[in-house]
Formats: sequence, C-alpha cells, structure tokens
Amino acid sequence: MTAPAGTTGWETVVGLEVHCELLTATKLFCGCKNAFGDEPNVNVCPVCVGLPGSLPVLNEHAVELAMRIGEALHCEIRPSTFARKNYFYPDQAKDYQISQYDLPLNAAGWLELPDGSRVGITRAHMEEDTGKLTHVGESGRIHSAVHALVDYNRSGVPLVEIVSEPDIRSAAQARAYATELRGILVATGASDGRMEEGSMRVDANVSVRPAGSTEFGTRCEVKNLNSLRSLVRAIEYEAARQVAVLEGGGTVEQETRHWDESAGRTESLRSKEEANDYRYFPEPDLVPLAPDAAWRQRVRAALGPMPADRRAALADALGGAPTDAEADQIRAVVDLGLDDLVTAALEAGAPVGLALARGANEVAAQADAAARLPAGSFAALLAMESGGQLSATQSKAVLGALLERGGGDPAALAEEMGFEALASDTLGAVLDEVIAANAGEWSRFCEGEDKLQGFFTGAVMKATKGKANGKEVAAELRRRRG
Amino acid sequence: MSSALSLAGEVRAGARSARQVADEALAAVAADDDELRAFLTVLADEAHRQADEVDAAVAAGRDPGPLAGVPVALKDNLCTRGVPTSCGSRILEGWRPPYDATVVTALRAAGAVTVGKTNMDEFAMGSSTENSAFGPTRNPHHRGKVPGGSSGGSAAAVAAGFVPLALGSDTGGSIRQPAALCGVVGMKPTYGRVSRYGLVAFASSLDQIGPFATSVEDAALLFDVLAGHDPLDSTSLPSVPEPSLPGVHGGAEGVRVGVCRDLVDGCAPDVVARVHEAADALARAGAKVDEISVPEFRYGLSAYYLIAPAEASSNLARYDGVRYGLRVEAEDAAAMNTATRTAGFGAEVKRRIMLGTYALSAGYYDAYYAQAQRVRTLVMRAFDRAYETVDVLLGATAPTTAFDLGAKVDDPMAMYMNDVCTIPSNLAGHPAISVPFGTGGDGLPVGVQVLAPALGEATMFRVARVVEQHAPATAGVGS
Repeated sequence: MTAPAGTTGWETVVGLEVHCELLTATKLFCGCKNAFGDEPNVNVCPVCVGLPGSLPVLNEHAVELAMRIGEALHCEIRPSTFARKNYFYPDQAKDYQISQYDLPLNAAGWLELPDGSRVGITRAHMEEDTGKLTHVGESGRIHSAVHALVDYNRSGVPLVEIVSEPDIRSAAQARAYATELRGILVATGASDGRMEEGSMRVDANVSVRPAGSTEFGTRCEVKNLNSLRSLVRAIEYEAARQVAVLEGGGTVEQETRHWDESAGRTESLRSKEEANDYRYFPEPDLVPLAPDAAWRQRVRAALGPMPADRRAALADALGGAPTDAEADQIRAVVDLGLDDLVTAALEAGAPVGLALARGANEVAAQADAAARLPAGSFAALLAMESGGQLSATQSKAVLGALLERGGGDPAALAEEMGFEALASDTLGAVLDEVIAANAGEWSRFCEGEDKLQGFFTGAVMKATKGKANGKEVAAELRRRRG
Repeated sequence: MSSALSLAGEVRAGARSARQVADEALAAVAADDDELRAFLTVLADEAHRQADEVDAAVAAGRDPGPLAGVPVALKDNLCTRGVPTSCGSRILEGWRPPYDATVVTALRAAGAVTVGKTNMDEFAMGSSTENSAFGPTRNPHHRGKVPGGSSGGSAAAVAAGFVPLALGSDTGGSIRQPAALCGVVGMKPTYGRVSRYGLVAFASSLDQIGPFATSVEDAALLFDVLAGHDPLDSTSLPSVPEPSLPGVHGGAEGVRVGVCRDLVDGCAPDVVARVHEAADALARAGAKVDEISVPEFRYGLSAYYLIAPAEASSNLARYDGVRYGLRVEAEDAAAMNTATRTAGFGAEVKRRIMLGTYALSAGYYDAYYAQAQRVRTLVMRAFDRAYETVDVLLGATAPTTAFDLGAKVDDPMAMYMNDVCTIPSNLAGHPAISVPFGTGGDGLPVGVQVLAPALGEATMFRVARVVEQHAPATAGVGS
C-alpha cells in the first residue's frame, strides 16, 4: 500500500503526548538505581516489583525535576495528587500504574517555537514507568512468541508526561515542537531526551478538518514513534489516510494506531470500544503533593537559560538580525548543545559567522564527539582559518582530526597533516599555470561566464592539494579578470 | 498464663529463660492447635533462635527490650522474611517474602519471640475466619463457634493461652470483632500510627495493624512497641513521644463518656445490657457518662462495602501469576492471569473484587465510589461533632456473641453486619479498643468498645482499663 494522496483543502491538527524519563539517581517510589542498559532485573526491590506489603515513597528529587519542567513550560505548579491507573499487563508490576490524573503537578503552560508560534501545554504530570517486555520466539513478534521475558529495571523509573493542546498544524511544526521540547528537557537537567534509548517517547494525536473549519475532527492516537523522522512520516501518513477516508465518504474511527516504520504506515491497534477502563482512583498509599511557594521559587531561580534564550544570545553576538541561513545554524548549534563551544570560540576572538558555520555543520555532524572537544582547540583552529594560515578545506580536515582525538593543538595537527599556508606568490604562479593550460575557459570566464570561477578554483585546489585559500583564489581570479 | 508485662520482667531479671517461655508456648500449641487451628505456620526453630538471643543478651547484661522473651503470634498477612506468608489464600500459598514488615522488625528489636503465623479470612475479607483457604479456626470458648475475623487465628491464639500477645490487622473491625468473640483485648490504632509497610494490603486507606492481649495493660505495652513513624510508609504519622503504657492506670475520673446509641441499638439484648453495665461502672469510677447519638454511623457499613472492595480490587490485581505465588498455565498471558485468579481466589475475595471493580468503573464511579467517599467525610464530621461534647464513645464491639461455624457462610449480608459497630472508626482513621465484659446469655464473651478521636490512644486505654477492672468475672476458656 502506498501513502494516500495529499491533503490539499484540509488542515491537519496534532496534539503530542511526550513521556520523558527523569535523570534521577533512584526510582520514583523506591531507592533502586535508575539506570539504562544494566543486566535485567538487577535494579529491583519489593517496591518496584510490586511484592505484597510493599509501599511507595515519593522521590523528592523527581518532584524537583518535574517542577523544573513545569517552570520551563510556563505551567502553573499546583497542589496535586497521585492516582492509580488500573490495567493488567505483565510489565506492570502491581497491575496498576501510579500516575497523576485529575490533579496534575503542572498545568496550563505553553511552549514557543523558534518561528514564534505557541503551543499550549495542557499538563505535565508525574508517573512511574513500566517494566520492559521481550517476546521470545522464532520471529520475535508477539503473535508467534513462545514466551516472554520481563525486565523490571525500568519499573518505577520516574516519568513526566507532557501533554500539548491540539495547537500543532503540520508534521513540520510537530517536529519543531518535539525538538524544542527536547532542548528544554535537556536544558533543565530533567532528562537526556534520547528518543532512540526511549528516554523521550512521543505519541501523536492526529485529526484532520476541512481548511477553515473550527471544529475538530475525530482523532487517532499514533504510537511507536521512535525518532523525529518517524514522527514526521507518521503524521503525514496518518493525516493523508484520514483525508482519503473522509474524501471517500467514510468516517474516521477514534482508535489507537501503531506506526510501522519499515512499511511506512499506521495500523489499527485498538478501537475506542476496546480501550481499557482504567478505573482511576486516588492512590491511598501516598499523600497529596503540594510544593510550597518557597520551593517553587527556589526551582524557578535555579533554572538556567532555555534554548530560546541561548539562540537569542548567539543572535546578539551576530550583531544584526540573523539571515535565514544563520538562524538555521543558530538553531542547529543550540539544539545540539554546541552553543558553549561556539560562545567560547567567539570570546577567543573567532569571527561569529565562521564559528557558527563550523559549529552547525562539521561539529554538528559529530555531536557526540563534540562533547569531548575542548573549546580552546576549537577556538585556536578558527583563529588559524580566519587568519589565513589554513584554507577552509584544510581547516575542516584538522577539525575532523580534533573531533576524532578529542582535542589537541590544531597548529601541531596541521603540521603533522602537511598543511601549510600557500604564499601568495606561489598562488600567483599556480594560477599562471592553470590559466595557460585552460586558455579557452579563461577567455570565456573573462567574457562573463561566472560559473567558471568554480572550475578555476577547483583546478587551483587540485594543483595545491587543497592548500590554497578559497577566498584568496576567488579574489585573485576576479583581480586578474579586471 | 502470665501477662506479657510480667513475663518480660521475669526474663529481663533472669528469673525465667526466654527459651523456657518459648517452649511452653510451643508445647501448648502442639497440644491443642490441631483442633483449634489458630496457626497456619508454627516457627519452632525461629522461636528457639530468637529466645536464645534474648537469653544471651540477658546473660551478657544487655537489655533485650520491653518484650523480652514474650511469645507473639503474627497474622499471616504480615511479611516475614523467608517464612510463608499466605494471607489465608491459595494464590499466595508457600510464598516466602524476602523482607520483614516494619512491625516484625520492631517486635524483634523489642525482644519478642515470634512463634508462628496465624489463620485468617482470605486477604482479611471476612468476620469468621471461615474464608481461609486452609480451613476455619475454632473459638477456644466453644469449639463449635467461630472466633470472629478476619484476625480469628490471632484472637484464638491469645484466648487459648498459647501466647500472651498477637498481632492482627483491622480494616473494618478485623481485630476488635474477633477479640470480642474470643474474650480478649483487641485494639485498632489511629490510622498512620503503626507502619503498614509489610502488611499485605486489603484496603490501604483503612488497614491498620494492632495488638491482641489478655489485658488492656499488655495491649498498651505492645502498642507502644509497634507505634512510631516509618519512612517506608508515606501515610505514617510523626511519632508521638509519650508512650501509652505509663498512663493506663490513670482512671476515668472526669472523662466525658458518650454511650453511643447508634453503636448499641440493634445489637442483641444481652450485648446491649453489658454495654450499659460498663457505662454504669464508668460513672461509678467518676466518669461523666451521657447518651449520645451519631446517626451518620448507620451509613458507614454501605460506604465501607464500596470503598474497601474498590481499593481491594486494585490491591489484589498484582496476584496475576507472573512474578510470585500460584500460576496456572494457559495459552497466553491474559488467559494465564484469568486461570490463576480463578483457581487462586476464594468466593468472598472474588465477590469483593467484582464489587470494587464495578464501583470504580466509568459511568458508576460517581454513584458508588465517589458517593461512598462523601459519606466517609460525613462520618468523619459526625465524629468531630460528637467529640466536641465527649472525650470517648462507648458502644458494643459486635452485635452478638460468637455464632455457630457455618451459620452465616451462605449469607454475605448477615456476615457483613458483624462489622456495623467497628467500621466507623476505620472510616475516620480513629483508634478503638474492644474490652471483654462478661458473657452473653449463651455464656460466650461479650466485648465493649471504647472509641477515641485521632491520636486519643492514651485516654482510650485509660477508660478501657477502668471498664476491664469492672468486668464481671467469667469462667475462662472452656470447651
């Protein structure tokens, strides 16, 4: 099945539910370690495997991190309670999940996206994670599984579920929201925001309506979105599917749908009728949670700059309003948390355009390695490039080596790699040779065929094995053309 | 049998060895429990080991604690490390917890010797101990009668003289009602004064662990050991620094006692008569006794039988065959859950799970669970109003004396009515105590109940002690 045709004449409406695991040392209701990737069932105790007689005790640090998220999303932090969400599933140690229901800790906030649009935050509440179920069988699929294994290391890991208003109008905006939210979660220190490790999980509520309509259509909840790419593809697919249903005279059924990444489509998981009745009721084993004004004030005061603040700081460094390209670079640098690196280079005197470009491109391409790159090495490299001691090509090569080695002296590396600046008289001589060898092209260039500038630059680079400075070559070519 | 207080005194003084005391208790159990069936598990080796530790401490000149060498029986819903904890259910048969309940740790620290785990209605649901999957316990006063429930095994173990002290749990009267039927003292503390950590939950907002004893003094002694803040229980209250035991003999002079019509009317005439005799005794002892009515109490039973099953339906969900206890294999996980729970739970437990599930269901929540919570609030306010004019309330513990085994097993409503006088204290989270006070027309024990406001244990114990002093002489345990 191919993706249905487009959605012209229709508006897509999306609300996102984002679960994020909190970066606490211990679990939400017991003292077990909160860690990813350990041997199965080593971080467990009577509480998080739900042994009879065990009782939950709320982790204060988890509350603090949840409050940071609430503050960063401009939520009201309110007196709240915990509730039990009852359903049977083997990964659910007590066969109920302790969550917040009618009285969440954080409510009524908003998130502003880089394009200036605002998405309302309905609530950001606390809850515990479930264990992890692995079906074991020939195909690895549930239907043919021989048996299942449960790992309760994740059982009781603290989560905050952030529910947006249905304010999102496209897959691209959903992506921007998820990206911005991720940046905020990381900036608050509440979460590492890793979608691929499941520490940030996104479900999308998608509906469509005729353009101009103010009533919402019937929504479907799409699950299993394990990357931003999945999020975008799934929303686009699902909106198009619903439009096709409606244009074909059908009605959209409210249901939960599963995104199949390899097939590129959503499939019905369960209908509204099959949905669980969770029988929520107040959790009698916990007391109400009502952070006082002083605690809220401490959390607010301790909050560092959010991604929007950090983008504004880089834009300030540029001096004027950023161009679209520069805004993209700033966004990339901030999203990947590279702004400290870039700022350090700027403070060392690197040109802001160059620092942003290298940060948003070459460094961003190896964001994990960038975490180990000392700001001093990066700043020194940019100084060499802007001072003409290294060409752009050479500079990028040295940067790659710096990232690979986790730092070092760029001057020594450049020497080791055989890079040295080309003296300008050498450039003149090389250019003489190149022009002589390509007389036809040269006369066409002189007659105004500008695109041949690239041809001559490439030829000079080839002759100098990349040592020439691209800018100097361009300047010399223009000077000689007159 | 000696009181716990004097036993501990003798052991601490080196006059008797804890080992000897433990052996006497174990011998008494061995001699008679085949018929009574108060115990599900007898812990002879454990008891010997603990007793030897106490004796070693005494020999070394250390103080083994206020319960030095006192044998104590534990209701089988209290977790004991490495020792079967079944809750009277097939679904947990043979399950050995990897940890001790906080109260069990407290008992050991106080020098007590735990001699065994006692029989109970399955998951504490019942008023006769007949809902145990392992057969009923008999009433030591009359072996054709029930001991009450759900802590019937603990009540019977104390009444039979096996042990001077036992622990039970009280969700709607499960300590006080069997105490009344077995002619012993049974007390439910203020909600939050005794840690619930390690008590297998029935209805979390109502459950409290409390003592059984042969005297009010011993009950206070044991209560002081159990009470205190526990960081492992979020609903645990801050510790009350003053112990209850020292004030037990303070008398009832000037205490305002309200004889609560709503906790007397409707009881059997011989029970009603005993409550009024107890009131008269208190008046003679200098208490200011008045009649009082708290009509809201009559709604307590209905509210309780929605709230308790609702919480139970959630608390008992975990017995799904996945991690521990019984598992009945089936083609997939959901079918295995169903087969396990069908085979593992008894009829009363299933009835309450269904009731509770229904009460919490979408569309019924407001009419049942939420409405019951409003009634609960009403009952609390009614208590508050009553305690503006009196210090304690006096009433019956149970409407009748012990009934015949089998008499009510097929009539749940008749069984539920046993809790009508005890439930209000659970709904409000208040303390209450049942004190034996003579017998009914059938010669079986009658219990009189003293109720106090939250944290009112000290006054409650003092008044209870006066009631106890004036109780008519009884023949003691017969057959």
